[in-house]
Amino acid sequence: MAVQAGSADDTRAVAKKDKQDAGQMSQRQLMFRRFKQSKLAVFGLIVLFLMYLMAAFSSFLAPYDYDAIDSSSSYKAPTKVVWAGGPAVCGEVQTLDEVNLEWKYANDCTKTYPIQFFNRSYPYKLFGLIPTNIHLFGVPQQPADANAVPTEGQARPAKLYLLGGDKEGRDVFSRMLQGSRVSLTVGLVGVIFATVLGSILGTASGYFGGAIDNVMQRVIELIGSIPTIPLWAALAAALPGNISVVRRYFFITLILSLIAWTGLARQVRGKVLSYRTADYTSAARAAGGSHMRVILTHMVPNAMSHIIVVAALAVPATILAETTLSFLGFGMQAPAVSWGTLLQDAQSIAVVTRYPWLLLPGVAVVLALVCYQFLGDGLRDAADPYG
Amino acid sequence: MVNFIIRRLFAMVITLFFISIISFILIELPPGSALDAEIARLQALGGNLNLSQREALEERYGVNDPIHAKYWKWISNAVQGDFGNSFQYNMPVTQLIWGRLGFSIMLAGSSILFAWLVSIPLGVYSATHRYTIPDYVITVLQFIGVAIPEFLLALVLMVTFESVGGLFSRDMETAPWSFAKFVDLLEHLWLPVIVVSAGSTAWLTRVMRANLLDVLNQQYVQTARAKGLKESKVIWKHAVRNALHPLIMTIGGVLPALIGGDVVASIVLNLPTAGPVFINALRNQDMYLAITFLMFFSLLLVIGNLIADLLLAWVDPRIRLE
Repeated sequence: MAVQAGSADDTRAVAKKDKQDAGQMSQRQLMFRRFKQSKLAVFGLIVLFLMYLMAAFSSFLAPYDYDAIDSSSSYKAPTKVVWAGGPAVCGEVQTLDEVNLEWKYANDCTKTYPIQFFNRSYPYKLFGLIPTNIHLFGVPQQPADANAVPTEGQARPAKLYLLGGDKEGRDVFSRMLQGSRVSLTVGLVGVIFATVLGSILGTASGYFGGAIDNVMQRVIELIGSIPTIPLWAALAAALPGNISVVRRYFFITLILSLIAWTGLARQVRGKVLSYRTADYTSAARAAGGSHMRVILTHMVPNAMSHIIVVAALAVPATILAETTLSFLGFGMQAPAVSWGTLLQDAQSIAVVTRYPWLLLPGVAVVLALVCYQFLGDGLRDAADPYG
Repeated sequence: MVNFIIRRLFAMVITLFFISIISFILIELPPGSALDAEIARLQALGGNLNLSQREALEERYGVNDPIHAKYWKWISNAVQGDFGNSFQYNMPVTQLIWGRLGFSIMLAGSSILFAWLVSIPLGVYSATHRYTIPDYVITVLQFIGVAIPEFLLALVLMVTFESVGGLFSRDMETAPWSFAKFVDLLEHLWLPVIVVSAGSTAWLTRVMRANLLDVLNQQYVQTARAKGLKESKVIWKHAVRNALHPLIMTIGGVLPALIGGDVVASIVLNLPTAGPVFINALRNQDMYLAITFLMFFSLLLVIGNLIADLLLAWVDPRIRLE
């Protein structure tokens, strides 16, 4: 029964109300109610919504340009945020460790620099359309030393690297935001391709049966007997190296969907097979409905909720595949960033031990994937609200 | 049963034939022929190719032949055990793959054993203790297990256990096989096995839990309880046995994940398996080597599926009659 926030009486009242209404609710309302009951699924949905929102506003949220190299911030540890009448960062003194030839940073908290909200910094285009330079937060560098090489021992406002810096001194937080745009959409777009392909082929296979069905099943089996990751890698490796980022993105989604459609087609086929012999299908045919009409008005809407569920459960696998491909160097390539390409920096154990924050994009991957699974499971339960 | 095996073997050969065509297309896909790469390499070594050498190479790789003739040349050599030359290592592909594939098979085999040994008890526990705290813990671990990329898990485990990866200690790497080396292998094997099988273990646990819950609702389970059997006997003898059936079927679905996991994890874990060589070959467009690996991965998968089918037919006689 629905359990909602509020006092015990409230809960009971709501539960009672739900029970009374159940008979008069449309299927859609029933589905929605069942979905709301699954707290994990709602949690997953909210987190994913926030993640996509952050991806959409990535440049606004990112305090620094994701590709701005800053050699003085190489492998910079995450910046400590202090409280000085508001969030602020300490001053920073840089010294050269002459034994290991490394830059050492010391915080000098005698002077703090407040974090400014809605400050102006590097320019970008919001949604690729509106030119602006306002960012949610940032620490302005004093104009005098914005580009100057810091002299030793002289304090300056620390750069606000919430999640540290990478080898080239780029802000990991900003890069993760930028990477989320590719990582979160590649899986989605790939699965949309795959769903369209899988639905058409699966419906045709299940509805017409016979030779079409046979060929389709053999093709699916064939694709299934080549290990997925190696096949993906081989296909992606065959892409020419000099294509633009956009085309590469397109090809990668295509490659991912080339294999992902098989699972969807199989599921849709199973559903359509069971509807094909249903009485209402015979009735529609007897009343003179064409095959096309039967498929479009009876098969597809019937299988729709099932298709959505299977598609939702296929998204995490596709996101994971993109991450793995990019990690191996076959997916997106610099200057494009995705969580997988970011994790490439964390390939060697020596680097990870010393700069563990480079693994943080991996945390984002796991979070997104877990939420997608929660969501998919919730949708699966909701798709059959009578169970 | 013999009839069933023959039919399955026949289907396997057909599948492999089509896989070889796909593989061949993949060889031909990259811009520039494999021969160009070979010629560039020979020229880089300083030697100027004379015309007869060049013609010999063109003949060897059939550059000027139509595509079906090219395919025939490649596949007829491949069937005889000659998969072409690796340009990168400049030696026959066959010499490069066997040892590596051996370790890959061992790793995949150990991983599937591990996945079964862990997922069955966990799944049974989870199903019989539904909605208790351990069940929730197992469920959450499952979600994470499926979600975590192999390479990330490998890195995290390596940092946590201060391991440097590999399958052997440094001084054992080149030593001939002995009992000490075997022990050394076992000491190193657990980490790759956990990494490679994590996703599959999580997945199989989920399948096992769902299966057992289905079976526990069946009437024969009720009957077993009603006639006064001990609960452990009801679960393990009546319920679990019937719940195992779909679990065997999922081997086919788990194997690609295991082989793919090996490819990815071996990069991070420095394993002497097929993965690193395969990935390197792809990066350097050493297509004959890469595709031979892909063919053998597929062969492993097809054989694995065959074994799963045979197991299933052995467990469930109805399958044989189909």
